[in-house]
Amino acid sequence: MEESADGKAKKAGARLCCLCHQKKAALKRPKTLEQICRECFYEVFEEEIHQVIVENQLFKPGERIALGASGGKDSTVLAYVLSELNKRHNYGLDLFLLSVDEGITGYRDDSLETVKRNEIQYGLPLKIVSYKDLYGWTMDEIVKMIGLKNNCTFCGVFRRQALDRGAALLKVDKLATGHNADDIAETVLLNILRGDIARLSRCTSIVTGEDGPIPRCKPFKYTYEKEIICTYAYFKRLDYFSTECIYSPNAYRGFAREFIKDLERIRPRAILDIIKSGENFRISTSTKMPEQGTCERCGYISSQKWCKACVLLEGLNRGLPKLGIGRTRGLNNDDKKDTKKTNGTKSIESKQCGTLDF
Amino acid sequence: MACSASACQSNCYKTQQEEEEDVKDNNNTNSFAANSSSSNNNNSNSGLCLKCKANQPISSNSDGGDDARFCIDCFRGNLFGKFRFAVTSNAMIAPTDNVLVAFSGGPSSRVALQFVHEMHSKAQKNFDACRDRSLPVFGVGVAFVDESSVYSVPSNETDKVFGDVRLIVENLAPPSKELYIVPIESVYSSDSGEGRERLKKLLDAVGDATGREDLLLHLRMLALQKVASQNGYNRLLLGSCVSRIACHVISATVKGQGYSLPADVQYVDARWEIPVVLPLRDCLAKELTMLCRLDGLKTVELIRSPCTGINGLVSSFVTLLQEENPSRECTIMRTAGKLIPFHFNKIEEIDDSNVLLATRRRQKRYNLKPNESFSSESFCFICNSPLSRSDLLSLKNLESHKTSSVCCSSCQFQILPQDPSSVNELYTLLPEQLFARAKHDNLDHYSALREQVQDFLLSEGEDET
Repeated sequence: MEESADGKAKKAGARLCCLCHQKKAALKRPKTLEQICRECFYEVFEEEIHQVIVENQLFKPGERIALGASGGKDSTVLAYVLSELNKRHNYGLDLFLLSVDEGITGYRDDSLETVKRNEIQYGLPLKIVSYKDLYGWTMDEIVKMIGLKNNCTFCGVFRRQALDRGAALLKVDKLATGHNADDIAETVLLNILRGDIARLSRCTSIVTGEDGPIPRCKPFKYTYEKEIICTYAYFKRLDYFSTECIYSPNAYRGFAREFIKDLERIRPRAILDIIKSGENFRISTSTKMPEQGTCERCGYISSQKWCKACVLLEGLNRGLPKLGIGRTRGLNNDDKKDTKKTNGTKSIESKQCGTLDF
Repeated sequence: MACSASACQSNCYKTQQEEEEDVKDNNNTNSFAANSSSSNNNNSNSGLCLKCKANQPISSNSDGGDDARFCIDCFRGNLFGKFRFAVTSNAMIAPTDNVLVAFSGGPSSRVALQFVHEMHSKAQKNFDACRDRSLPVFGVGVAFVDESSVYSVPSNETDKVFGDVRLIVENLAPPSKELYIVPIESVYSSDSGEGRERLKKLLDAVGDATGREDLLLHLRMLALQKVASQNGYNRLLLGSCVSRIACHVISATVKGQGYSLPADVQYVDARWEIPVVLPLRDCLAKELTMLCRLDGLKTVELIRSPCTGINGLVSSFVTLLQEENPSRECTIMRTAGKLIPFHFNKIEEIDDSNVLLATRRRQKRYNLKPNESFSSESFCFICNSPLSRSDLLSLKNLESHKTSSVCCSSCQFQILPQDPSSVNELYTLLPEQLFARAKHDNLDHYSALREQVQDFLLSEGEDET
């Protein structure tokens, strides 16, 4: 049954905050539906995140931390909260903003302006890495070539590498992203729908990639998206960019997102319950870790001969948009004639189509 | 790699098919239909069944979906094949067993009933034909749970429903099958009037709509277990199909029951007093409904209030996904199938020499080998799901009420009331059988633990060895 603050200090007409019992309640907390005043809300919001950081030992004093900064609500609030908590609780961290420019006109160029403002507002140094520099392609160019069905796959793969490279350039020890509880719940559902048991076993971890180039953590793992936007950013009027990616209407994740929004309306705690289920799934540990090596082409971490980004890039450059998408037997099983290692930033020579047998 | 054989019906990924991006994305699935649809474009015999190429397909246009391109016999044969494979490879029905088929009136359990009957009558014919009568015929009963008291259905409608059910079961003979119409209030040992009263009070005491619906499901299972046990059945057969299981996967995830989920989605669920078997686990609801229509298998529609709350939401969600991609239900179930099952998700090894050696061998081959060989699970006394470590650690002190009744966090949230005084009241409304079962399970657990450390226990007055 949903908790309500009805039994608590409720006077006829005026509702008092259920925590301090002094100020008038300004909102119903999305996570618990408690009636709460603004100041108490800020306090519990920030304190809960502090507890998550402490209990999961996300940071160590003296560490350099890059914050994934897109200019959106999650990363803006992340930057704000972490710099606050860093001061308040003396985490002793060196914080940086790291931004990725995918080259999406009308979306990313606008949101980057927000990040540049955040740099000034929070006093955190900013680094921007771009797809154009790293891969020779912008997302606009990619979508023009492959259409709107698999573009999110490309962007996701490229972004992961871009963040790692940016983090390496900044010489940071960890990367923190603004993934919130809703995101993680959506990912759990998506992995169930897609049959991806390996990802399902990893996606609820609050820290990932400890054996890779840069470990990443998600301090907002138990933080509700609603609490971040409607209340926190809305009340504090933090500067953030609030449009969805222009290519996203076709994303499959949309199904899961709609469902979770409906679910939240019936039972708010269901979002945390999904995450809990994800943490408790009985998955054989032998399916978890693919063998780890390095990409022959660019040296990035990879479980195959070529990393996914290189496979996708090869497809783009050769006019084979489906390369690396779906379950084709692709590049990695073939003898390469061109095994030159590049650092990924130079433009790649395209090969003649049809010279490789599949 | 890319298979060029035009009649190939295997699951290899064909690159020339990739270019055909239509709305229906036919991925690899277990469905017979999807396998053959990949060779659709190459099949020139468009007017005949894709499998036997002899008979008329169910429908010549694409109205009925992929299944419709087979003739009735091949379609039915495929479904029955899945049923029979499930039964034999999991040793669900041995000749000495007595199987109680749970019949809800719907198409899935109707098909389950029909297929069991076909096995049953074949076994009887073999028995009659066999001179030495070595292999006995397994027994079959049918149970119909009557929930009309919950939905206040007028008695003339319930009488009609009972009449229809009786007629269906009577026509599934020879060999004849006993029918049990089980009122849901029979979970209480008191007389039916008092039982109905208590049930009504119980359901009213549960504030959460989803909790109420789920509690009713748990009571339904309790009623089935009771009638099976009291009438000498040792197997309970349900008609749960892919579609229902897919919905359960999502709703269990959403309710925080990720740990116990694998227990509910296997062929066999032996944590109950009467083990539960799911032979239609690989069949889609759509296929089963179509079979009922084609073969004129009569179903009985029950008057039920629609599922509200989370269960209804999940059901619409899965329906939406299935429309977008017809293999989605299968994929969901396959994901859940990759979770590690529990030790009770198989029939115990049969040593009985009465059982055919072939059955025993088959059972060994397909038996799932879970990681733990030792039963270390505690179970929620309401829904009987195995408790995760986080559930056990976060248990509120319910022990003050009844010592052996531990509860999972999902039932604690959606079924039990929040304040402790009301919890006591609800406990008095629950059937005693739930508490008895919990006590029995925990005693079992305790004695199993004791067995493990038996050698190390010293009792007073014994000499040290």
